[in-house]
Amino acid sequence: MSVESKVKDIIADQLEVAVDKLSKETTFEDIDADSLDIVELVMALEEEFDLEISDQEIENINSVGDVVKYIESKV
Amino acid sequence: MMIMDLTGKTALVTGASRGIGRATTLSLARAGAAVVINYSSNEAAAEAVKKEIEGFGGSALVVRADVSDYSQCENLIKSAVDHFKRIDILVNNAGITRDNLLARMKTEEWQEVIDTNLNGVYNCCRAILRPLLKQKSGGRIINVASVAGIHGNSGQANYAASKGGVIAFSKTLAKELGSRDITVNAVAPGFIETEMTDVLSDEMKEQVLSRIALGRLGKPQEVAEVILFLASSAGYITGQVISVDGNLSM
Repeated sequence: MSVESKVKDIIADQLEVAVDKLSKETTFEDIDADSLDIVELVMALEEEFDLEISDQEIENINSVGDVVKYIESKV
Repeated sequence: MMIMDLTGKTALVTGASRGIGRATTLSLARAGAAVVINYSSNEAAAEAVKKEIEGFGGSALVVRADVSDYSQCENLIKSAVDHFKRIDILVNNAGITRDNLLARMKTEEWQEVIDTNLNGVYNCCRAILRPLLKQKSGGRIINVASVAGIHGNSGQANYAASKGGVIAFSKTLAKELGSRDITVNAVAPGFIETEMTDVLSDEMKEQVLSRIALGRLGKPQEVAEVILFLASSAGYITGQVISVDGNLSM
């Protein structure tokens, strides 16, 4: 499974949105994610990909594409 | 209708071997919760609580941890989740006193009380968040504060500051976690018959009694009942401080 589809699955699961509603351009604002949603998503990503995402890095993640790009740079 | 059935839930109580913690642990277990009995020094007392719970068919796990140490709190939560496969209720009860007038207070007396009473609450709450949020089934956090944290109490600047901090912390956490159906409340016991108040002189006790409307000290069980309520049927109460003090005027 590609990083992109894995990331989409996790986002869909965490934020309770349909996976086919997600594109790389989808922002977290588009899917009404609040700050705690983002924290939960980060926790899930950290577990799935076995990495630690800093607060600073979280600030730069605004869209599904941002997450994919970030994960791809780390794994 | 009051439903205080905690069957299928797991509860963790810090400082569970004695006093209010012990009474709370037994009450939660009687309501059907699997309980984690945390203690820091009195292993025999903790094991006795476990034995009593197993005596009426409940399940319990004893885990030693000093709540002032974050990594020990992480291990404590991990042991709980590993053993019972879930965690639903956290009662931050562990607390100490190092009473002294501020003019005589040593930095260590200040620090030890803040480390256990306030940092301990932060440590356990911080460590439980990941498993609690991951479960996505809500949760209950009850922090044991004190009337000293509301009114202040001469000779307890350290204790009162730690408990006042616990109250403000609880109110904040209630706001942060409300959307996840995790309630956070504080109880503020007054003078309760425990080892903590046993050390008071007779003269001091007389003086205290004259200020309590109910004219007596409280029993640990009377605090435990309120904690049990907050841990079970009180689904629409969060961010509150409930005084259990017989109407004490300080």
